[in-house]
Amino acid sequence: MSLTDTYPVWSWNPVTDLRAMWAFPFMVNAFRAGTVVAILAGVIGWYMVLRRQSFAGHTLAQVSFPGAACATLLGITPVVGYFAFCVGAALVIAAIPRAGQGGSGQEAALTGTVQAFGLACGFLFVALYKGFLGGINSLLFGSFLGITTTQVAVLTAVAAATLAMLALIARPLLFASVDPDVAAVRGVPVRVLSVAFLVLLGTATAATSQITGTLLVFALLVMPAATAQQLTARPAAGLAVSVLVGLAVTWTGLIAAYYSPYSIGFFVTTFALGVYALARLARVLAQALARRAPASVRLSGSAV
Amino acid sequence: MSVFTAFDHPYFTHALLAGTGIAAAAGPVGYFLVLRAQVFTGDALGHVAFTGGLAALALGYDLRLGLFAATVVFAVLIGALGRRGRSDDVAIGSVFAWILGLGAFFLTLYSTRGAAHGTAGVSVLFGSIFGLSAGQAGVAALAAAVICASVALIARPLLFASVDETVAAARGVPVRVLGLAFLVLVGACAAEATQAVGSLLSLGLLAAPAGAAHRLTARPYHALALSGGLAVAEMWAGLGLSYAAPRLPPSFAILAVATAVYLATLFTVRPRRGRTMTSRAVRGNVPGRPRL
Repeated sequence: MSLTDTYPVWSWNPVTDLRAMWAFPFMVNAFRAGTVVAILAGVIGWYMVLRRQSFAGHTLAQVSFPGAACATLLGITPVVGYFAFCVGAALVIAAIPRAGQGGSGQEAALTGTVQAFGLACGFLFVALYKGFLGGINSLLFGSFLGITTTQVAVLTAVAAATLAMLALIARPLLFASVDPDVAAVRGVPVRVLSVAFLVLLGTATAATSQITGTLLVFALLVMPAATAQQLTARPAAGLAVSVLVGLAVTWTGLIAAYYSPYSIGFFVTTFALGVYALARLARVLAQALARRAPASVRLSGSAV
Repeated sequence: MSVFTAFDHPYFTHALLAGTGIAAAAGPVGYFLVLRAQVFTGDALGHVAFTGGLAALALGYDLRLGLFAATVVFAVLIGALGRRGRSDDVAIGSVFAWILGLGAFFLTLYSTRGAAHGTAGVSVLFGSIFGLSAGQAGVAALAAAVICASVALIARPLLFASVDETVAAARGVPVRVLGLAFLVLVGACAAEATQAVGSLLSLGLLAAPAGAAHRLTARPYHALALSGGLAVAEMWAGLGLSYAAPRLPPSFAILAVATAVYLATLFTVRPRRGRTMTSRAVRGNVPGRPRL
């Protein structure tokens, strides 16, 4: 099943290439899972970036590693560990009072301690579970090639449930994220929404980290969303761009990883950073043009 | 088992030497990190250390060269690109997500080259303080001493700049240069801590003692010393614990003690709202210079 010695060659005929790639059931599963993950992470990540909770998102993503390691140590399926630890950590972070937008250093210190301790626990579990050490890299960096059909089904169900929940609270959450003070005055339950969002974020990271590995969940959460927020301020358009960028980098990353000996994570993060850099550049250029355009209009007007 | 049997083993004394230095550097640097609300940056620099370390290994250089070069260069980059503001969090996050992907690339590059290299990534990620040689420990202690001295050198203006940037700038304190110098120190410290507890856990050594010190005292110089002292004590306790119970990896033991101490301060000490350092300094600013 593994592609150890020889790597397939890209033939410049996309139809035959895709057909050859999808002849392998694991590649089909990787594409299915990647699609679901990109949509889920794109939507949740957009809200995460909007709420400036990247650090919390990163911590939740890291905590999935001890979750999986603990479940393996106890002899139960890692899925349980992923969800238990991610949702648990989400509740811990939600219990920390938020001091304004972005939070204070003290709050960040606690979040950081939670994260480092969680990872240290993961390392302990791995050390206690001998023979697991070979799998630690795939746990941390993910392996797209080993996704089973059952995992895809679970992932799809969780993603659908998470997105449905998010759709339910989408409007008040948007209000509470953009202006928490005004939202609170208007009677929006800001605190409850904040807890609910963190739990959804935890669920999404747990679902995603089974596929991409602990360390790279964050890439799919933050980069497409950051790209979208460079390009548009409108929520609907932003969500669409975020999902589309996520899909594009996941698919191209999968294809690149299939044709090379290097890991999927490297390609996905590199493509995502490239798109983000292009989006920033586009924004800078657009602003420069916008500054010049009125001047030129005025000049031509005066000439007439 | 007597405590002193531990010192019969050279690996333990090396670990103690390096660990003490690393903790003494991480404590004060972490205090400023928390004070300036730049913990996320410290997190990012820890991940950069991973990529730098593996890049050096993959290209055949000394591990430490990669650690220090990558973190310091990245620190300068962060400092040069953006003012310290909330809006930069997303940019930092994007870049360091890519840095991790790059680390995964170097990991495959390095581990496919020889079968014996399979666990290199693990030891860079989670540290191997009991595996340091005498020379490595000496270099680690020396680097830590340099970091400590640098922190002591810029502590006073940095405190001023951290507590009230605008007033400090108006008073002629070179706020931007200080911020950049501090980031370089954080980078060096993250590289240092990677050798002890690993790049993923270095954040804990920076954040936990500093968080506890913030909780225990509102006076900046006391807190600086306390943060360093706590970090060193936690390092010693962790090393001793791991020696007594060999099943516990030292990185876990150190982090567990640090987390326990922080949680203890969290639940026993109430934050003094009226007397926090910021409000004191702000109050002090009204008539004259802040009493730092």
